Amino acid sequence: MNRINQKLQEDKKLLSIYFTAGFPQLNDTFTIIEKLEESGVDMIEIGLPFSDPLADGPTIQESSTTALNNGMTTKVLFEQLKDIRKTVSIPLIIMGYFNPMMQYGIEEFCKKCAEIGIDGLIIPDLPVKEYTDNYKAIFEKYGLINVFLITPQTSDERIRFVDDISDGFIYMVSSASVTGSQSGFGNTQEEYFQRIASMKLKAPQIIGFGISNAETFKQATSKAKGAIIGSAFVKHLSNKGVGSINEFIKEIC
Amino acid sequence: MSYFVDEKGYYGQFGGAYIPEMLYPNVEELRQNYLKIMQEDSFKKEFDELLKEYVGRPTPLYFAKRLSEKYNTKIYLKREDLCHTGAHKVNNTIGQILMAKRLGKNRIIAETGAGQHGVATATVCALMGIECIVYMGEIDIARQAPNVARMKMLGATVVPALSGSRTLKDATNEAIRDWINNPVDTHYIIGSVVGPHPYPDMVARFQSVISEEIKWQLNKKEGNENPDYVIACVGGGSNAAGAFYHYLDEESVKLIAVEAAGLGVDSGESAATSVLGNEGIIHGSKTLLMQTQDGQITEPYSISAGLDYPGVGPLHAHLCESKRAEFVSVTDDEAMQAGLELCELEGIIPAIESSHALAIFKKKAFKENDVIVLNLSGRGDKDLDTYIKYFKL
Repeated sequence: MNRINQKLQEDKKLLSIYFTAGFPQLNDTFTIIEKLEESGVDMIEIGLPFSDPLADGPTIQESSTTALNNGMTTKVLFEQLKDIRKTVSIPLIIMGYFNPMMQYGIEEFCKKCAEIGIDGLIIPDLPVKEYTDNYKAIFEKYGLINVFLITPQTSDERIRFVDDISDGFIYMVSSASVTGSQSGFGNTQEEYFQRIASMKLKAPQIIGFGISNAETFKQATSKAKGAIIGSAFVKHLSNKGVGSINEFIKEIC
Repeated sequence: MSYFVDEKGYYGQFGGAYIPEMLYPNVEELRQNYLKIMQEDSFKKEFDELLKEYVGRPTPLYFAKRLSEKYNTKIYLKREDLCHTGAHKVNNTIGQILMAKRLGKNRIIAETGAGQHGVATATVCALMGIECIVYMGEIDIARQAPNVARMKMLGATVVPALSGSRTLKDATNEAIRDWINNPVDTHYIIGSVVGPHPYPDMVARFQSVISEEIKWQLNKKEGNENPDYVIACVGGGSNAAGAFYHYLDEESVKLIAVEAAGLGVDSGESAATSVLGNEGIIHGSKTLLMQTQDGQITEPYSISAGLDYPGVGPLHAHLCESKRAEFVSVTDDEAMQAGLELCELEGIIPAIESSHALAIFKKKAFKENDVIVLNLSGRGDKDLDTYIKYFKL
């Protein structure tokens, strides 16, 4: 069974952490992943940086620019990750935009992920329909889970459709926004979390966008299986460096 | 082979809607409604009236006698430079503001490079009394001060794009992010035939009034609605899409798209996407774009801010790959000289974008009896600073 699905069966709320590969320093990738696992994080999203990250706010944009300036490329990332499964056992997901993957070659990209032991991909600008029509077979051949997003604007009908084709979990975007722009959840989000919970979807939901501390983590996971922290963690890395990862995670849960 | 968009939103292998799920409802709403709305009688009536009374259409199809004599061929200029606001851009913004109203939107966002599309958007928002926010790269704001002032006078808020290279592509990213953050009340007026489906098709349809007019105007003058060549410059490609549109299926009409080579195609400072680009995804569309081997989008260069875009609309990528259109690239120097030549021979100061198209006559020989229509997409007032510096006037 895919590590993501194994993890989802555990009887606990899951904490997933996003970081941009190649930030703050080019060769921090391995250290960050190991430290996150040591700190008790359940799942990691490794951000493959892109020059034009449409769905991201300033924090992740800036970390991506720095990472690219540091020399991060798809090849470099794969090289950095090649021995990751010798020490790390939690699920690893690559999150990135579609263009760099296309240039690498989708089949080659998936093959390489499988060799390394990557469990899934999150590709915000690859629409569901394009995926099912053109790429699903390739992803499945290499045992990769493609994670789909839903938002407060997604219709019930479309949510049912996404649920139907989802393996692993559904990435539930907390509000109509790019990453890193929320501070705390209001009634609108609470109602949305409740609405989705009451739909009794088959795929568990993990909430992302707007989770930055223990309070928002608790709010998000009151209805969902887990939550993802991205911008707040990247900001922490930027301010405190990789030495204080444990400290950040301990404050969340 | 069809050169028009198919039901899935593709031109051959190019196009589609590669957008984050957050944008799906907005883009889907537009996709489901744009053709229906454009076909409504009340829409057509309002659009046509505004083009006539406000924009000043039809624009003349002018026989350029002295230019024709010089190159020993027959050259007509489609005078989009005489449109209100100084370029063809306003054809599209008029269409989209009417579209936005019918979709019940009360807030408009737009991206702009040189500021022409920003001005055209601010203009129609003022006309309709709708809030307008224009994203513009910080660097472009500094080098296009008069257009920034124009937008402000027209009541628009100009927001600097501070990310990435701080030019047009980043302004577009910022506009898209704004749309993600404001999914319900906002319409995004894209300025070219780029972006996710249905934008390239919708913008091409609004601009197609250019070739619609060329047909009857040329028929009056030449007794034939089809010229031998239609020539236009291409950045994203909206004026070319409009000038080519009604000729796409007329294979006897040869189409020439002129790109900006900047300092030269191999100089590293260029915007010649058809030569330097390869297939990829930019701003929600699969098309030809300039990028690194690793798939990072690179920064183009041209002296003309309107052609300074690392991609090209998916229609043009298809016209290029299928060889329906011939793509020619023209350097800064060639364009500037051609612009000056038009001033001297015809008393018309062209936009530097349009000067690129005019440079074709030095690069390609035409026959004496060829009938050529060149789309003069904009006027050069906005480029005076650049002309002054270049020619030390």
